[in-house]
Amino acid sequence: MSLPDYLLLMVGMGAVTYLPRFIPLALLSRRQLPRWLADWLDLVPAAILSAIIAPILFTAEKTRTLDLGRKELLVAVPTLLFALKTRSLAGTVIVGMGLYWLAGMVMG
Amino acid sequence: MARGGMATLREGFGAAWPICMGFIPIGLSFGVLAQKAGLGPLHVLLMSSLVFAGGSQFIAVAMLGSGASLPAIVMTTFVVNLRHFLMGSALAVQLPRVNRWFLALFAYGLTDESFAVNMARFRGEGWDRWRALTVNQITNATWIASTVAGVYVGNLIPAGAFGIDYALTAMFICLFTFQLRERIHVLTALVAAGLSVLLFLLLPGNFYVIGASCGAATIGLVVKRLAKKGRHHVPA
Repeated sequence: MSLPDYLLLMVGMGAVTYLPRFIPLALLSRRQLPRWLADWLDLVPAAILSAIIAPILFTAEKTRTLDLGRKELLVAVPTLLFALKTRSLAGTVIVGMGLYWLAGMVMG
Repeated sequence: MARGGMATLREGFGAAWPICMGFIPIGLSFGVLAQKAGLGPLHVLLMSSLVFAGGSQFIAVAMLGSGASLPAIVMTTFVVNLRHFLMGSALAVQLPRVNRWFLALFAYGLTDESFAVNMARFRGEGWDRWRALTVNQITNATWIASTVAGVYVGNLIPAGAFGIDYALTAMFICLFTFQLRERIHVLTALVAAGLSVLLFLLLPGNFYVIGASCGAATIGLVVKRLAKKGRHHVPA
């Protein structure tokens, strides 16, 4: 691909990644939201985080099949408990990494 | 003012480092992959600064490698990134009547990771939009630097060292627990997990995030309303 073509591609990809972030910020930040929308948006972060994590833990991502025996899930249980107990982000990241490293050595 | 500025930077960095730790290995591996696909450091620099979307960058490099057309790559990028529309909407609630220039800068650097960290911090004390912006920009800069570095040094890093592949997952797990404030959030999260796995298994692409999030938040809202109504009908 030539440099001008590549640049055009970058501008196109830049626009479609930037605008979905900027438009709702610009539109919603100045308005008083209706009650139902505010209530709905209050539930969105919990939903998004759960939706991002669940397939990492419960499926083999490459083949897109259900798999409840992976070390991602095994490590997630103590990591989750640690997070609930301590509410420490830094601690959870370090504990999670350490356990995952260990699990890798034990389970291969 | 200068002291306030330093505190903002320090606290922003304090919140951003777990993200950076996750971004560095992913950024390096992106650099390696891009280099193998024939892109140079300048190409990678351009892509990481103009397209701040890790997943889409991997997809774009793969599509470039297989000779996909320009519109096809842009369309795919668009679909993969639609979920940020949802995140922008949720963050807007935390940034009422902030000026457009700030929002324009803030949107640049809004990712799954910075969204999750900032939403958790905004709930607590002492977090403001400048600290949030710092998180966005520090993680952004880290991503750009590690992808470019990956072109040069990526092959030297052993894969899977120190469990670093799990850094972002562990971070998401912890931020997830911060969102479980009331029973309705727990219920919504459980529905989202189920829907997400189902959609992930049934459909190609990554519609599962936006589909499961919207579905679960809607079910959560309906349940919340019904529960409220139910209470009103109970005779005193």
